[in-house]
Amino acid sequence: MNNFFAMLGDPNMRWIFLGCMLLGLSSGVIGSFSYLRKQSLVGDTLAHAALPGICIAFMLTGVKSIGVFLVGAAAAGFLATFGISFITRHTKLKQDAALGIVLSSFFGLGIVLLTFIQHGDYGNQAGLDKFLFGQAAAMVGGDVITMSVISAVLVGICSLLFKQFKLISFDPGFAKGLGYRVGLLEQLLMLLVVVAVVIGIQAVGVVLIAALLITPAVSARYWTNTLGIMVTLSGMIGALSGGLGAWISSSVSNLPTGPVTVLAATLFFAASVLLGPERGLLAKWLLRQKVKRSYHAEREVRIAEAMKGESVS
Amino acid sequence: MSDFWILLTGSLVAACCGIVGVFLVLRKMAMIGDAISHSVMPGIVIAFLLSGSRDSMLMMSAALLFGLITTFLIGLMQRTGIQSDASIGVVFTALFAIGVILVSLFARQVHLDQDAILYGEIAFVHWNIWELGGVNMGPKAVWLLGFTLVVIIAVISLFYKQFKLASFDPALAAAVGIPVAFFHYLLMGLVSMATVSSFESVGAILVVGLLIIPPSTAYLLTDRLGVMLGLSVAVGVAGTFLGYGASVLLDASIAGCMVVAVAVLFAAAFLFSPSQGLVVTKLRQRRLAAQAAIASVQKQ
Repeated sequence: MNNFFAMLGDPNMRWIFLGCMLLGLSSGVIGSFSYLRKQSLVGDTLAHAALPGICIAFMLTGVKSIGVFLVGAAAAGFLATFGISFITRHTKLKQDAALGIVLSSFFGLGIVLLTFIQHGDYGNQAGLDKFLFGQAAAMVGGDVITMSVISAVLVGICSLLFKQFKLISFDPGFAKGLGYRVGLLEQLLMLLVVVAVVIGIQAVGVVLIAALLITPAVSARYWTNTLGIMVTLSGMIGALSGGLGAWISSSVSNLPTGPVTVLAATLFFAASVLLGPERGLLAKWLLRQKVKRSYHAEREVRIAEAMKGESVS
Repeated sequence: MSDFWILLTGSLVAACCGIVGVFLVLRKMAMIGDAISHSVMPGIVIAFLLSGSRDSMLMMSAALLFGLITTFLIGLMQRTGIQSDASIGVVFTALFAIGVILVSLFARQVHLDQDAILYGEIAFVHWNIWELGGVNMGPKAVWLLGFTLVVIIAVISLFYKQFKLASFDPALAAAVGIPVAFFHYLLMGLVSMATVSSFESVGAILVVGLLIIPPSTAYLLTDRLGVMLGLSVAVGVAGTFLGYGASVLLDASIAGCMVVAVAVLFAAAFLFSPSQGLVVTKLRQRRLAAQAAIASVQKQ
């Protein structure tokens, strides 16, 4: 705990801690919608697909700034979503194969560009490979502020359009019937995923950012059947994981932030699987015991009644 | 000579992945292949920490174990009611995170470098030589991959009929008494083996490209399982040669170039496959429309 307050004493670390929490919050919130829309792995694909976009943005501009990368990654993300739907629509391949194809070919291209940059004479390329696993401690003040502001905007958009997103998550056909522009809303949700992925890359890295979109949402689903509560819980779990990730990785040298954050989220997931009411393993076991006991009790009553009947006759 | 060994290693990787990948794509489990290729990583690192060397057999068994654990966990979570894609996402990210943490904590003690795990080091394959009684037997990776390929071919050809039925109609397979679950885990074991023997050459992440893209390409070109297996391997090997050429020209990652080359071949099949390519279908539709128009004019 001492360590924790020491970290908060350092103003730079304080900002990074806050930024990681906000990042976890926003990706937890957005992840809930993609989980309900059965598109969890789309986030994974978009995260991998962002790599070539980032590399190309760096090669064109030569600067490492989150704004430039956002544009590159968003372009690559759109290309990737387009590729996935194009493949599933025009061939007999299913969505999982389409995801795998897009994911690996974009990532392969990204690795080619990354090595190309490393071998070429681009100045100032050091640390570009940190984007693979994230290093929150390497972020500078400006990045953290951009990240926090964008996270706040993401959460804001989600709460403003909560009703619309709720409808398209559960019943897109009904939403269309009511006159909502479902296609546009779906595109918007996809854009939010891309943005969440991009701002998370510096802190968590392209390989593992998908976990922040998936794991908190799945964990939150164990506790509730109400969307509002689920989204809030998922955001909280994400924020706690982000904070834990930033804290632990800053206190141990040479430890990337991404994996620690992911493991923190996985711990919350394990706790939810065990303890969640109704769906949790413990609750299910208790329910089974209760049913068994009441069944035995009923059977004893029945046997007793039958014996009474026999003795009378 | 190094060119020869790199191309041979790449082709062996392509063959191993191409064969098992066909069944993954047919059974709509492509993303499970992705998950396994990520989650064998802690197995590899733990084996490495235990033995202190790249002793292939120990690594192979540890990775096999983790591959099966992954499959088991994903199945378990699906049975408790979590969507399949979300359960895949939760399991593989957690295991991969453990692997990355182990590497970064112990990277100083061991010669296991993060880059090597991610992108492989196929360029250095011919430096790691297996010597038997002082005789140079060629690169270790080639022997390992060759062994894996033999195992894969033996298992698949021995149970070809069962795998075929379980891929296309698992319900019928179960009804005629084939232990579907056993073959599921057997296939996942083969996928883990292919992944771990390829990992040293092409890296943990790019393996998935070779597992999924060549079979998908072959799937667009044929409707017969036997032909699909052959085509898948051919596409993978062709991608290896093209990718290696490109990487020499560009001075970039060989493994990355291989995956991009395979992706280009997929795009070509997607557009120009004689039976279902996009361009070919459009042309055929246009020709048929023209014929129909002519026929209706003649009728009048």
